[in-house]
Amino acid sequence: MRNQNVKKWRLSQQARDTRNGFLFALPWIAGFLCFSVYPLVSSLYYSFTSFNPVSTPVWVGLENFKKVFSDPLILKSLRNTLFMAFISTPINLCVALGLAMICTRQFRGRSTVRTIFFLPSVIPMVAGTMIWIWMFDPTYGIINSILEKVGIDGPSWLLDPRYTKWSLVLMGTWATGTTMLVMMSALQEVSTSYYEAARIDGANAVQSFVHITLPGIAHVVVYQVILNFINAFQYFQQVYIVVSASSGNAVGLASGGPSNSILMYPLYIFHNAFVYLEMGKASAMAWLLFLVVAGLTFVMTKVTKKVTEDIGGE
Amino acid sequence: MNDVKETTNNRYRAAKNVRNIAFWVLIAALCFMFLMPFIVMVSTAFRTNRDAFTEPVTLFPREFTLENFPAAMAVIPYWRYMANTIFITALSVLGQLFSTPMVAYSLSKIKWKGAPIIASLLMATMMIPYTVTMIPLYRVYSALHLTNTYIPLILPTFFGSAYFIIIVRQFFAGVPNSIMEAARIDGANELQRYLLVALPLCKPALTTVAIYAFMNAWSDYLAPMIYISKPDKLTLSLGLQQFLSQYSTDWARLMAAAFIFVLPVVIFYIVFQKNFVQGIATSGLKA
Repeated sequence: MRNQNVKKWRLSQQARDTRNGFLFALPWIAGFLCFSVYPLVSSLYYSFTSFNPVSTPVWVGLENFKKVFSDPLILKSLRNTLFMAFISTPINLCVALGLAMICTRQFRGRSTVRTIFFLPSVIPMVAGTMIWIWMFDPTYGIINSILEKVGIDGPSWLLDPRYTKWSLVLMGTWATGTTMLVMMSALQEVSTSYYEAARIDGANAVQSFVHITLPGIAHVVVYQVILNFINAFQYFQQVYIVVSASSGNAVGLASGGPSNSILMYPLYIFHNAFVYLEMGKASAMAWLLFLVVAGLTFVMTKVTKKVTEDIGGE
Repeated sequence: MNDVKETTNNRYRAAKNVRNIAFWVLIAALCFMFLMPFIVMVSTAFRTNRDAFTEPVTLFPREFTLENFPAAMAVIPYWRYMANTIFITALSVLGQLFSTPMVAYSLSKIKWKGAPIIASLLMATMMIPYTVTMIPLYRVYSALHLTNTYIPLILPTFFGSAYFIIIVRQFFAGVPNSIMEAARIDGANELQRYLLVALPLCKPALTTVAIYAFMNAWSDYLAPMIYISKPDKLTLSLGLQQFLSQYSTDWARLMAAAFIFVLPVVIFYIVFQKNFVQGIATSGLKA
């Protein structure tokens, strides 16, 4: 009799927990369905249809994908995006790691220096990008005037298709503070006793960096590589601001910078959706992007796991 | 003997000094590079446009002026945009503070089967590109006649976002279960335990969430750009961007406008610096 009662109470407790857990998580569950699942699914459907913002979608089969693969600008935009992923991301990560290593050293004024390194990451992107556009001005910008003082004839930066992407790289390294902070906290977790032991064994700075620091922060670094890589595939807003600044008053005009040199893939999606009003084609492009990002995430999660395990096993 | 010792000592000290000096030169150079855009912004905001366009380029104004500020505010309805931005920001912060701790509580302090599933889905939602969800959501909002309102910008915050939930969940994980258990024995129900025990305990994490929610909403650019087009409804981000594309030669005024946009954020950052660093360090993630 008593046993039965206990069992009943337990069951109802579990049921109550499930109910409460569900109720407390309900906002997120509802949000997940409305803001993630629904758009993902309907975007897949839309990619097989043709429509503009006011019309109803009409089924066109694979028409959009044919358009995507025969559009020469797609290839161009893809190449630009891959540049950001494979050139800009590694540079950013190295700069972030370098800054983090400086900030984990003990010296007077350390917190001020950290504040300065992180400051660019908190100011609104529109403002930051705007300042850089001004600094990149070929004649009156500060960058070229400094270069001139040391005898270098500076390029036209955002106006010269050969240098536009490098300008974006420069802008990116300036605002790498978030990654720096994450790396900093990883560096601080590497036990100092390892460094002591290495120094007694006669290891130099490079050796202790390669054999102690890198393995110690590998899991964080790999994770940051993934995140930055995914972000690179979505890199878009800064470019949009740069492009709309140089195209003058024409807000609705689709531009990819000088000879489309900074037409990023997501920017081209945006153009297709909101400027050319080809929302079906834009959906198809977006879904292809989603597949790439999902695949990358999957592969890289596996890699992270492996790296973490390998180091844990050593 | 003593002499030899002294010279090695001296040499050692000299080498250390050189290294020290090199280190400080590096620090100074880096700080200068990182501060450069801010210096340029401030110095351009306080000089005349004619001065800004005079060679040779100087770091500091030759003609100091305050005129750019009223001039910039005359071109963009600054106070109007400011009010709009504050309105959106306040409601977004409120939304995040409502939804985030609730969901985080469910995931870490209630034992139910959904918790681990949701926890893994949280990470997945973070990698969905905005460009994928943007078109269907735009269609829905425009079908409901909600474009040119702030609902598309504010509504999502009331449903919680993965990044914030992860921060608070991690914080809750550090709160001993015995405290919750004691409250349960005292006869508190789930809602009471949440409101009276868990919420007051996670104040530090909520401060971090509030700060990030403030920064995100204040600087948000993409969502307003898609949904807001009526001139009197623009936010500061959007207003500034339009100012830029319309007057891309009036850099003195542009920098003055940027200056008054950036200033509150910089002050906010310096005041709450500790929370910023903690938020990123504990989550190990990127916004």
